[in-house]
Amino acid sequence: MFKNFLPNKILALNNKFIFKIAKIMILVLFVGIVYSLFISPPDYIQGDSVRIMYVHVPSSFIALGCFAFIGIVSICNLVFKIKFISLMAKSLAPVGLIFTIISIVTGSLWGKPTWGIWWAWDARLTSMAILLFFYLIYILTWKFVINFKKANTISSIIAVIGLFNLPIIKYSVEWWNTLHQPSSITLTSAPAIHYTMLVPLLIMLIGFTIYSVIIFLMRYKIEIMKFKLNKKNKIN
Amino acid sequence: MFTQKVKSRIIYSVILAILAITVLYITLKSLEENVVYFYSPTDIYNKTSILSNTTIRVGGLVKEKSINKKGTSINFIITDLKNEIIISYKGLVPNLFSEGKGVIAEGKLKDKKYFVADKILAKHDENYMPPEVKKALEDSK
Repeated sequence: MFKNFLPNKILALNNKFIFKIAKIMILVLFVGIVYSLFISPPDYIQGDSVRIMYVHVPSSFIALGCFAFIGIVSICNLVFKIKFISLMAKSLAPVGLIFTIISIVTGSLWGKPTWGIWWAWDARLTSMAILLFFYLIYILTWKFVINFKKANTISSIIAVIGLFNLPIIKYSVEWWNTLHQPSSITLTSAPAIHYTMLVPLLIMLIGFTIYSVIIFLMRYKIEIMKFKLNKKNKIN
Repeated sequence: MFTQKVKSRIIYSVILAILAITVLYITLKSLEENVVYFYSPTDIYNKTSILSNTTIRVGGLVKEKSINKKGTSINFIITDLKNEIIISYKGLVPNLFSEGKGVIAEGKLKDKKYFVADKILAKHDENYMPPEVKKALEDSK
């Protein structure tokens, strides 16, 4: 499995494969959107604004997941010094950034009619904003530090520091009093979401995940090509 | 299995991680007062000094049958099922504000039992369900 991510294997990856999973993604997202916008019922108290959740929750999931991946890869990179592994982290960062922004924007749109305010400096929202800044700093490091080795080390250190933020985001709603509600879906107990709302949520999550994988594969391929070209032309 | 260099890097990063977690824990623990978004009525009850001049937030559930509306001004009780606090507020409340639901009031304490709010926020809980299910749940009660 891991061998498939080696640089040469990725370069051999056929574009047809990406098109194939893109087709699956469109199908899944179509079903998910129809289900969440039309078939699933409104909430007993929020009414139709509950439908924002079907975008908000999967985006937040993926935003956190991507950074967890980047952080763990960065630890491996700092310890074992495998070059192509940090290219994986680099290519996943924009996906995470986009989903962090989507999560914050949709959350804000939901917060206004529900809480009565767009934004509050409570622990969950603040730690999510910090995650956004970590993504930005991480990406900007790759952009502005020209020397590959230097950029690799600095960005990895930033990602590892940012990794400590993730449990704070996850558990902020349990450790402190926050405006944001606690998680409805937990590993230990039955979900607090009715199944008619849980199903579209999971479909959307699958759709967003496939999207992230597609973007990741495309970017990763390009990053490896760039890396090889730079090496050939003796840049860096 | 690993070379000496890699081994030392592993040990170094583990020590660094433990130190970082400790520092983070101590920082967050000492900042707890600032991290919490609101106090519960019990927190206020246990406070030794009353913060009458600073804006704070109190949160909990709106007590059943405690809402008292008079024109634009509204009085209600926030409870955490142990202690209660009376809230007085002038203005519009969010749509989700109702009896038995979570609420956060921002404003100033007059004394330990009386709070003058200048902003009311509704707090939503983690339960999501269609109206029919809610009705069925209430009927079975």
